[in-house]
Amino acid sequence: MGEQVMGSMIEALLFLLMIILALYIAQLRSLFAAAMLFGIFSLISAGMLTLMDAVDVAFTEAAVGAGISTVLFLGALGPTTSEETRPLHHAWSAKLVVIATGLMLAYGTLDMPAYGDPNAPIHMHVAPHYLVESVEEIGIPNVVTSVLASYRGYDTFGETTVVLTAAVGAILLLGGAVARNDGLADHHGLDDHEGLADHDGLADHDGLDEDDGQDEPENKGGGNAA
Amino acid sequence: MSDGSPMTDKSPAPIKMRVQETIILRIVGKGLVPFILLFALYVQFHGDYGPGGGFQAGVIFAAGLILHALIYGLDELRRAVPQFVVEIGIALGTLIYGAVGLWSMVSGGTFLDYGVLNDHDPSHGQHLGILLVELGVGITVTFVMVGIFYAFAGRSRQ
Repeated sequence: MGEQVMGSMIEALLFLLMIILALYIAQLRSLFAAAMLFGIFSLISAGMLTLMDAVDVAFTEAAVGAGISTVLFLGALGPTTSEETRPLHHAWSAKLVVIATGLMLAYGTLDMPAYGDPNAPIHMHVAPHYLVESVEEIGIPNVVTSVLASYRGYDTFGETTVVLTAAVGAILLLGGAVARNDGLADHHGLDDHEGLADHDGLADHDGLDEDDGQDEPENKGGGNAA
Repeated sequence: MSDGSPMTDKSPAPIKMRVQETIILRIVGKGLVPFILLFALYVQFHGDYGPGGGFQAGVIFAAGLILHALIYGLDELRRAVPQFVVEIGIALGTLIYGAVGLWSMVSGGTFLDYGVLNDHDPSHGQHLGILLVELGVGITVTFVMVGIFYAFAGRSRQ
């Protein structure tokens, strides 16, 4: 019993930290600091998930949220500034929408079963079957892997495709033809973006190994000219 | 925009420069990379027995590669893992996943029903299917992360 109280106290503390961090990040102007704090936020939520005995999810959260995302955020800071510009006007309507959505979500949780309730619908449907039968049917000790890769193989296939689509989008929009064009920053509009996408393949496959390091001046020149 | 200047900017982002200039980070990071990659393989192939699997392993493997890029510069990683390898890898993993599904259909089961992959013992078929599927996920996730990193880091303004 004491252990349980201890656990929920730690959970409450982590929750509080996450809320404070989220509010702090929201008003932060330094994008570099925000990227770092996002990493810490993910690490705390990984701790939360560990407390909930969802180690697989915690593992993913720590690796993706605290690891890769932080690096990608920092990479994304490269083409921009590390300081957010002040908005010209306060976006009250946006704040209103965010607060209303948050309140609705909070209201929605009132209908949900209590945290950890063994009689919650999610624990009554297929979960007992997985827990009891999976060792017999699949023969793998980690039930999470059995569910993820076998019982729910379709979903995982879909998730893999989503990940693939994300990379295809990023590579088409951002990859490759870089130095030639700062279309995004210079407000050139649609034509430039299409141009970027068109030249991607060429730039990537031909120019990889040859043009190392020599293009910095051209890059600057191109940016200024544009 | 079509002025014939070199097409890609390989100069590393400012943040990378700082890592390269700091000897402690460089030495420690250099020693860590092989262990991170090894740990990723452990997570990949031990996912049946402990926490982990393709998604986590892919991300960790990519983190190792990206750390390499942070230490030695983007060019070095692009030399080790060229863009075309990334693009093939992204598709290859998903293809492996789909191929396992088709294989199980050809073997007389339904799509992604690994039990039929082994004639003698369905659970052996399940083992094989899960191993291959997780491998596909791992390959795709690794190269997706590296590809997105290339896309962002390659754009960095110097």
